[in-house]
Amino acid sequence: MALRIYTRFVALSTAVLIFAGGLVTSTGSGLSVPDWPNTYGWFMFTFPLEKMVGGIRYEHAHRLIASTVGFLIMVLAFWLWRMESRAWVRRLGYVALAAVVTQGILGGVTVLWYLPDPISIAHASLAQLVFCLTAAIALFTSRGWRRQDQPALTAPDDSILRKLTVATTTWIYVQILLGATMRHTDAGLAIPDFPLAFGQLVPPHWDAKIAIHFAHRVGALIATMLILAGTGHVFYHHRRRGELVRPSLLLLLLLAAQITLGAFTVWSAKHYIINSLHVVTGACVLVTSLVLTLRAHRAQFAALDARSARQPSDPAPARVAPGRANAGARA
Amino acid sequence: MQSSVYRAFAACALCLMVVTAGCGGGAKEEKASAPAVVSNPVDPATAGAITGVIKLDGTAPAPQPITMDSDAYCEKQPGNSTETVVVGEGSALQNVFVYVKDGLGNRVFPVPSTPVVLDQKGCRYAPHVLGIQVGQTLEIHSSDNTLHNVHAVPQQNREFNEAHQLAGIKHDHVFSTKEVMIPFKCDVHKWMNAYLGVLDHPFYAVTGGNGRFELKGLPPGTYTIEAWHEKLGTQTQMVTIGEKQTSDVSFTFKS
Repeated sequence: MALRIYTRFVALSTAVLIFAGGLVTSTGSGLSVPDWPNTYGWFMFTFPLEKMVGGIRYEHAHRLIASTVGFLIMVLAFWLWRMESRAWVRRLGYVALAAVVTQGILGGVTVLWYLPDPISIAHASLAQLVFCLTAAIALFTSRGWRRQDQPALTAPDDSILRKLTVATTTWIYVQILLGATMRHTDAGLAIPDFPLAFGQLVPPHWDAKIAIHFAHRVGALIATMLILAGTGHVFYHHRRRGELVRPSLLLLLLLAAQITLGAFTVWSAKHYIINSLHVVTGACVLVTSLVLTLRAHRAQFAALDARSARQPSDPAPARVAPGRANAGARA
Repeated sequence: MQSSVYRAFAACALCLMVVTAGCGGGAKEEKASAPAVVSNPVDPATAGAITGVIKLDGTAPAPQPITMDSDAYCEKQPGNSTETVVVGEGSALQNVFVYVKDGLGNRVFPVPSTPVVLDQKGCRYAPHVLGIQVGQTLEIHSSDNTLHNVHAVPQQNREFNEAHQLAGIKHDHVFSTKEVMIPFKCDVHKWMNAYLGVLDHPFYAVTGGNGRFELKGLPPGTYTIEAWHEKLGTQTQMVTIGEKQTSDVSFTFKS
């Protein structure tokens, strides 16, 4: 129970961290603290609050939140290692820990190297994967996922849904990469109007920034069509399966919010709050699509559980708290 | 198995601590290299000068107020308006960098031993536009009791980003390549910016409130003079000066 709540808290914290990172980029504060891992020569956690002025408040707050999330994920990995009976879920915890450490190093390197575009884009992209990992762990440890009587384990296999959701989630991630490239190459206003481009459907002239910006818009259109196809499929074929209908509804809601925020990002000339909300909402669209994808593959995970059940020689089950040792079997 | 997992966790924990915490140190500082000693290639007996005035044609945009409320110290400072286009009496245009762009041939000029000073005062850069020679020391001061970062964003020279934690702090920098212009910014205070022109000769000037400039000690010859303004762009003119002659040249930028 405590682990379930904790995994959700970690996933939520990761979303907050992505919003804080969005604020850093949107306010152009990425280099307001020139040193790393220190802050103006201070040990990070002893930096005086009254000195958090101007851009420093965004950059330093981002570093503090990142450190906290890093610590939370370290505890999560340790907790999973101690308590989780499924080897593949434990491994997911280690991967999340490795990812967040790599993410921290990328964040530091991008500051010390004056925000080179490839590293900044990699930092933004890995952040999304860390969020996906923490959200996936929260899903895999949830009560609903581990129920034996859930329809997902007995329902007929729907390969169309599986393929659609995988394609949607993959494309949303590609779309986020395009968005990160647009942000970090300062192409966010390369096309200054919306929904048209320089008053036309297709830009009348091109350069690299316009191309990146326009690719992000086309990407949004493709993502919208994929989401509509996937959720439509769920509503038509699986309307009684709440575990698919709920994320589908949420996905549509988030999609509408995300398109609106994207429009207002252009109309407001990249207002930093709207811009940052666009970033974090995009991350939420990705994670919701991932949840739908994983639930569409629930039956396949049952086989994974069976394969990765602990062997008698594995010493870890001896440390599992009473009442939890059979958790893997229940799944 | 168990001990190896413990070791893996310990390694990750150590890595995380290094990533997030650090262990001391501070802003790095570039050492100023000693200027090369070169004799002056200009004969003072024949040297001339180019003088002139820079004006603005049209209505000058009104200075825009700058909101400095993101820092309580800065908010108390006077004169919070933009310096993008500053016009004095008679449409005289201030903060124009005027320099000899071409015509000096392969002459090599001595590097001044006196440093050029860029101060951070009242949460502004002072001066807003300045020039320096390759190899000459730029002293960056802070007179403000707040945190600044000095972030130079050159195309030809090395980028740097220095922390200035206290009033009285100073960093030295030397530029290795000529470059017109190098933007300076403070990422803490978005409104703070300055421009530095780096040349391999001493023939440059920045216009003041009267819009006037003077390039002294030039050997006789024909020169391309360029006037650079951060918003209004650049203009060039060809000027010929004879022995001990002073030529007058004027530039007019359209608003």
